[in-house]
Amino acid sequence: MIGSAVPRKEDAALLTGRGTFVDDIHRPGLLHMVYVHSDEAHARITHIDAEAARALPGVLGVWTAKDFAELPARPSVPGLERGYLAGDKVHYVGEPVAVVVAADRYLAADAARAVKVGYEPLPVMATVADALAPDAVPIFAPLESNLALEQQVTPHDVAAELEAAPRRLRARLVNQRCAGAPMEPYGVLADWTGAGPTVWATVQAPHRVRAEIAERFGLARHLVRVVAPDVGGAFGVKSSFMPELFLAPELSRRLGRPVKFVETRGEHMVHTYHGRDQIQDLEVGFDDEGTILALDVTITVNTGGVPDPVGIGLATLTSYMLSGCYRIPKIAARFRSVVTNTTPTASYRGAGRPEASFLIERAVDLVAHELGKDPADVRRANLIQPGEMPYQTPFEGIVYDEADYPAALELLLSELDYAGLREEQERRRADPGARLLGVGLSTFVEMGGFGPTPLFEQFGYIGGWESANVRLQPDGSAIILVGTAPHGQGHQTALAQIAADELGVPFDAISVLYGDTAVVQEGIGTMGSRGMPVAGNAVRQAAVDVAAKARRIAAHMLEAAPDDLVRVDGAFQVKGVSEATVSLAAVAERSFKPHLLPEDTGLGLECTAYYEPKNLSYPSGAHGCVVEIDRDTGRVHILRYVCVDDCGTVINPLNARGQIHGGVAQGIAQALYEKVSFDADGRPLTASFEDYMVPGVLDLPRYETHHIETKSSFNPLGAKGLGEAGATAAPQAVVNAVVDALAHLGVRDVEMPCTPERVWKAMRHAS
Amino acid sequence: MRVEITVNGQPHSAEVESRLLLAHFLRDVLSLTGTHVGCDTSSCGACTVLLDGVAVKSCTVLAAQADGCAVTTIEGLAGPDGLSPVQEGFRQCHGLQCGYCTPGMVMAATALLSERPDPSEQEIRDGLKGNMCRCTGYQMIVESVQWAAANGGAR
Repeated sequence: MIGSAVPRKEDAALLTGRGTFVDDIHRPGLLHMVYVHSDEAHARITHIDAEAARALPGVLGVWTAKDFAELPARPSVPGLERGYLAGDKVHYVGEPVAVVVAADRYLAADAARAVKVGYEPLPVMATVADALAPDAVPIFAPLESNLALEQQVTPHDVAAELEAAPRRLRARLVNQRCAGAPMEPYGVLADWTGAGPTVWATVQAPHRVRAEIAERFGLARHLVRVVAPDVGGAFGVKSSFMPELFLAPELSRRLGRPVKFVETRGEHMVHTYHGRDQIQDLEVGFDDEGTILALDVTITVNTGGVPDPVGIGLATLTSYMLSGCYRIPKIAARFRSVVTNTTPTASYRGAGRPEASFLIERAVDLVAHELGKDPADVRRANLIQPGEMPYQTPFEGIVYDEADYPAALELLLSELDYAGLREEQERRRADPGARLLGVGLSTFVEMGGFGPTPLFEQFGYIGGWESANVRLQPDGSAIILVGTAPHGQGHQTALAQIAADELGVPFDAISVLYGDTAVVQEGIGTMGSRGMPVAGNAVRQAAVDVAAKARRIAAHMLEAAPDDLVRVDGAFQVKGVSEATVSLAAVAERSFKPHLLPEDTGLGLECTAYYEPKNLSYPSGAHGCVVEIDRDTGRVHILRYVCVDDCGTVINPLNARGQIHGGVAQGIAQALYEKVSFDADGRPLTASFEDYMVPGVLDLPRYETHHIETKSSFNPLGAKGLGEAGATAAPQAVVNAVVDALAHLGVRDVEMPCTPERVWKAMRHAS
Repeated sequence: MRVEITVNGQPHSAEVESRLLLAHFLRDVLSLTGTHVGCDTSSCGACTVLLDGVAVKSCTVLAAQADGCAVTTIEGLAGPDGLSPVQEGFRQCHGLQCGYCTPGMVMAATALLSERPDPSEQEIRDGLKGNMCRCTGYQMIVESVQWAAANGGAR
């Protein structure tokens, strides 16, 4: 089944309105929780008047920070503990200040509006420049300045290497702030019955959420049940520990009734954490052939008003991936994470790696531009060769697995008809009536398959492994419990395909369950492109073990040696003796008959496997974008978008295509459309889908997808992961194309998003 | 106020607040939770239903405005013989990932095909421009609608 494009098991329910998202769940006596959010970016709270709100019909109460003083802080960086609601001051617009519970969502919203909060304004620092100014006051109380973290990632500098390089160039790149904007906003329903709560939540790691809730309430973990039901997209932003994960159970406990919180979209845009938001200062040393000799990078991250424990250190991952697909002898990297009066930032699809890929791919194009060379040739001169794999990058522990980067680039160039495009570009440049044509390349590599454990522990997870329980039912069908918590990736389908091959059970006779800590063994979750490379291998291992036991039982039934059996259409057969056959169903049933089993054989056909990856995996590929630009308006139109991806083993080509499309769409969105912005007073300018430009069906192109399948030797399946590759590859493919279209005018950079206004200005200023 | 609304062929009568949105009437009063709410500015289309056969965003229609009307939701599309062609097209062509925008997308596509049984790719894109999807990048949704057009249409 591996490699077959079967339609998904997930779809029947989702297509008929019978999916189960958090807001679809009802409990008897359900109450609704709504936040009062700060509408000031930086201010002292002088008073909160909730009397009018409390008096409204259907209102059960209004609570502020002091009411939760007993609750231990949210998961935080040690020393930078975060509470649940703003205490004596607010740090950004959208920060929760109070919480209201009422009998229905309309009454709760009415009551939230009736809560009056008094503010005494403080100086607002909405940008890292403002927050780092000499006279800037510290925003986040535990910190004495707004520099929350400064990290020298490499122990050395590259001053000597840059000095010795025949050529060098500097650039400042901006990787703007984006919103995850899954179609389903964040939601939590908590029902505290008896000794502990059941919490349905739109999360990516239910066991971790269970652990954090249990810890805060002083409960043993078995008393807390966390369920991630159908989750309507997450893209990393549902991995942050939002206050509602703890407030909803606490209020359910206090009120003795179930409490539901569901974000509105307007709320999502200011409350749920954003991603990216890096300023990247780089200097690259190279020779006349375009060979890169040294790279120096300083990254400045805007962490927002209340540092998130993942967000504050995400630039570590950016630093680790600065090599890209290239043989760069020496790299120096450092980063600073800066507190500002904006919504906090944390993981968003790719979480630190797209920023690295953008940096190095833009740098390569800048080198090509500087030398007057073709960007494809500069890539050829620097790409790591397949014979060098596994490749130790300049960063300790970052070792790339098997891939053929040059083959990916050459396949891309041939699919693009690159030479033909260059001719067409020249023709159009000479014709003032023609739209300008640009071609952008992105040869990318990113990290997938997160762990292993020593790495993933740093993000607060118990491990970097994943778990799977495979058990045959007495009729030979199989139920699999897996520790991931997917949100659109199609794990029911892809993991069943993997198991089908190992078990010899038909795909249709396998069910995959996940997302419920009361049912599933300890698991980690879905993030970091770990589904196939980690969970896939856990399922495979458990299935291999179950199949081995089934073989022993079958051998006993057939009075043969296990090694003398072959699999024929799922059944076991004595090699060459077709009448000596026993079906898997018969073996499965036999496994429950203790008196008919071989000696020392335990009952049942079941195995739980925990798969710990040896290393990260490294999905890679080459993407190309062809744009045309209207000379009068600066509008960018994507003519073609071509993907060559190497995710190792492709489990389901249909799912794989979907993951690439979706990732590329988000990458294009970052390149052309999306930016979370604030005015100088820290007021959000993109607090709705009217203002934040999530692209629609008319804004995105057709995608042409191709695969190179180089299996990773780092795991038995040979899979590398695919969920974040598109989002990693696409921004610079598009920006490189935009800049390429304007290069003859002397344009060297256009900042993302490349809006018509920015492109028009770049053309105008250049000419 | 009292409203009488026929939903998926079933007449319903209910006492509602005048400000109640049709989306919340369907979800909270009738427990038809297949209709999703994805925004608060009528931008995303996740809540799209058919109101007397016309695709509308049910977060922008009051239950009161639907009084006396017939509403079709995602729950009303599949028949005893299985998925509608549009639903089947989405399944065959992987036109959904997380499934949250899907009900609205399927309803919008159904409305599109009932008006235009054999749309071009551009007409499909024009017809779905009021519906946002964050997972698929849209191409496989377009292919799903093409599949449906070739295999039974709006039904």
